[in-house]
Amino acid sequence: MARRTWERPNIVVFTNLNMKELSISHLLGIKDLTKSDIDVIFKTADSFKEVINRPIKKVPTLRDITIANLFFENSTRTKLSFELAEKRLSADIVNFTAGNSSLKKGETLVDTANNILSMKVDILVMRHPHSGAAKFLAEKTNTVIINAGDGTHEHPTQALLDCYSIKEKLGEVKGKKVVLIGDIKHSRVALSNIFALQKLGAKVMVCGPTTLIPKYIKELGVEVSHDIEKALKWCDVANVLRIQLERQDIQYFPSIREYSQQFQVNKEILQNIKKPITILHPGPINRGVEITSEIADSENSIILNQVENGVAVRMAIIYLLAGSINRS
Amino acid sequence: MKSTEILNSLQVSLTINRLCSQLIENHHDFSESVLIGLQPNGIFLSNRLKNCLENSINNKVLTGSLDITFFRDDFGRKDKPLIPSVTNIDFSIENKKVILIDDVFFTGRTVRSALDAVMTFGRPLSVEFLTLIERRFVQNLPIRADYIGKSIDTIKEEKVTVLWQEEHGKDQILLYSPI
Repeated sequence: MARRTWERPNIVVFTNLNMKELSISHLLGIKDLTKSDIDVIFKTADSFKEVINRPIKKVPTLRDITIANLFFENSTRTKLSFELAEKRLSADIVNFTAGNSSLKKGETLVDTANNILSMKVDILVMRHPHSGAAKFLAEKTNTVIINAGDGTHEHPTQALLDCYSIKEKLGEVKGKKVVLIGDIKHSRVALSNIFALQKLGAKVMVCGPTTLIPKYIKELGVEVSHDIEKALKWCDVANVLRIQLERQDIQYFPSIREYSQQFQVNKEILQNIKKPITILHPGPINRGVEITSEIADSENSIILNQVENGVAVRMAIIYLLAGSINRS
Repeated sequence: MKSTEILNSLQVSLTINRLCSQLIENHHDFSESVLIGLQPNGIFLSNRLKNCLENSINNKVLTGSLDITFFRDDFGRKDKPLIPSVTNIDFSIENKKVILIDDVFFTGRTVRSALDAVMTFGRPLSVEFLTLIERRFVQNLPIRADYIGKSIDTIKEEKVTVLWQEEHGKDQILLYSPI
């Protein structure tokens, strides 16, 4: 299609018609994003948050786009959130779960993806148990890939919605002290959060049993603590992570009960600290293990805000990435 | 590039006053009517009209701003996706008479998008469209304006620019011709 060739007069500044774009064509991980990318995503998410609070929560923007959700691993929140985001953008969607697919008959990942793409699919949203699967697919196929979690590597949309929720609650992320508590070793949410928080100017600490903190994590510029009380005294925000038993090949701590005694975020420990700490949790919550119900449902908890913001942030990411798809 | 003045500061002010009077003729005390400015440039005009109306009728005029980015028909046909502006409609438009406001009426595509966008906030009783400048003979769609500040005849290649006191230090409307 012919582009508009008219040159705008110099004296006029169209401040609001601010045409920006992401520096990426896939969302594989936070590591690839710039601060400006995150700012653009957040600004766009603000608009979508307003849209999903209207009486009619749908916009027609992506009515000529088809999106396939490829979930090779279980998911409730992320899958529903992506589906809702896509539907509210009016995209056509198809869902794929590994359990009842041809993967069981021996089909490779690339073949599965290419077969889906042959049916004129424009964007693939993929969750996969192997780290690097999203990057692999982006290299092997000719489409837009959005990583919805790959193994123990990254979960970029979760980190973006976590940071967006912190920004919404506290005004900004810059200068805030955020502690990630729990199974850092097996958590893709932790790695993506570290990258995102640091890009936005927050200070990050990780806290958990020695066995669940990667040996070289200090190389990323984060502080490490094995004492939950010290960590909570230091922070403004605590992001409590789940123990990922399904990824643990050996036993990393003696028992769930002992883990809870050492690292549970509960009322007693927070009362000693005497300052408000914003509580996040990416879900699913194991109530009574890493966090008690009292704290998860308290007024400083923004766990449900995270879920609401997840839809807006994912709409923003899909909208911005879909803009680069060539309609001709 | 040649520029011609279409309206100067005084003429802009007179035109807005006349549009106010026309609105009052049809909407009386504005108890059932609301103004909605289209982002980004219709906002300046809707705020001016709101002030002018409130001074004349001594009644509050509900005014909102509407961004139509997600309802445009050219998504994916530009180099980069447009970053939206703020939408702020903190009142119900259900059964209200809505007046959409933009500074320049050109192809009609913005108004088409705005009609879709405004309906996501409810079912208004009626929708009217007010523009400061109507460019005649260049519409792409069968849409007309109900209130017009000034009609001008232009060709597609020309460009109308509205400068506002709030943003540019003076009110002025200019026509740029490519000769």
